[in-house]
Amino acid sequence: MTINWGALAVVAVVSLAVGVLVVVLVSLALVGLSAREPAASADAAEGTPTTRGRLSPAAGTATAAVCLLGAAAIVLYGLFLIVF
Amino acid sequence: MDLAIVIAVVLVALAFDYTNGFHDAANAIATSVSTRALTPRIALILAAVMNFVGALLGQQVAHTVSDTIVPPDGSHGLVVVMAGLIGAITWNLVTWYFGLPSSSSHALIGGLVGATVVASGVDAVKFTGIVGKVLLPAVLSPVIAGVIALAATYLAYRITARGAVTTVRKGFKVGQIASSSMVALAHGTNDAQKTMGVITLTLITAGALPANAGPPFWVIVSAGLAIGLGTYVGGWRIIQTLGMRVSAIESGQGFASGVSTATVILTSSHLGFPLSTTQVATGSIFGAGAARGPASVRWSLAGQVAIAWLLTLPAAAVVGAVAALVADTGPVGTIVVALVLIGVAGGIYAASRRRPVTADNLDELPVPPPPVDLVA
Repeated sequence: MTINWGALAVVAVVSLAVGVLVVVLVSLALVGLSAREPAASADAAEGTPTTRGRLSPAAGTATAAVCLLGAAAIVLYGLFLIVF
Repeated sequence: MDLAIVIAVVLVALAFDYTNGFHDAANAIATSVSTRALTPRIALILAAVMNFVGALLGQQVAHTVSDTIVPPDGSHGLVVVMAGLIGAITWNLVTWYFGLPSSSSHALIGGLVGATVVASGVDAVKFTGIVGKVLLPAVLSPVIAGVIALAATYLAYRITARGAVTTVRKGFKVGQIASSSMVALAHGTNDAQKTMGVITLTLITAGALPANAGPPFWVIVSAGLAIGLGTYVGGWRIIQTLGMRVSAIESGQGFASGVSTATVILTSSHLGFPLSTTQVATGSIFGAGAARGPASVRWSLAGQVAIAWLLTLPAAAVVGAVAALVADTGPVGTIVVALVLIGVAGGIYAASRRRPVTADNLDELPVPPPPVDLVA
């Protein structure tokens, strides 16, 4: 009996890398988009760490755009795999 | 070749496809519904359409049947296939009644194995194929998906801790819609193929198609419609289990688990290592739930699900075997089996009406029995 351990290992490693990458990209994009909101929002009142290290709205938008493009490219590749 | 048996097999195969749809709707949309990223109705329409489109897009006929058994020739073989499908449908309905997410593919394989053993003996079953392609992935795939979902959820929460709460929540909900769509699409591509494979094999056996023919267009469309309709009906009991009972899922967790499910399914099917969508989705949801602390997951439920997974193959096999035994006696036996299936399905449906789970009462979880007061 031959069990294709190699294929299983590849599935595990590739899925882990791609899955985590997509979620990280979207998360970073959401942090970037958050920078577009007014700084003195309710978040500060709730005691969320401060404006220190906070992106400027422009930088936030740019970060979000790059990250979302990356995530979208991966999703499109996934669609390509399904269709072809 | 008896035309009646060919028509019967095609109808039973489409019925299996339908149960496959409503049994597995939860895989794609359970977390989207529970976090209210989508309303239940919209979620089902999305999943149904994606399943249908996926069925049309599928490129290769699934080899579930030929990988598992060597069906006997002629109408004898068709009876085996029909009995196997009946085993699978019965197990799908039983697990749906209990709200347990179990693999429709494993049920199909179990049913076929049981029916084949009765009809042609143990030698006609390819046990090495079953261990390598079914049992081992069944054990490993939910763990792999769970670990990915856990890691992804943990990172998502760490990274977005700096973001604005409303933006993050809204963004994750949009992400959930995308990941749910991908899972539904992948499900249609994989699972509708099994029915198409069974029907095509039936038509080849009946001489209606040349050997090695692909599925005709009407087979592709009817299999796509059956799985889409089944999905649209919505197996609310399983949606409730995966979306509400495993853990109180938040949008970040729902997104991470959806991405994990879609990635594992796509990677594995691309590499020719097909896995059960249900098991991967279930593992992902448990993993995403555990990322907010092990205590936030109802582990007793994991035990119940694991038992259902262990029982799927043998239980469907027993039903498939009994169905083959009766159906193989002749036309009367086949009619008896069909009538029993209709009776069992009706009985399970009637029982489910005593505690119906619908889109409107998803939040009302079944009440656990009160704890016994040992002091008094």
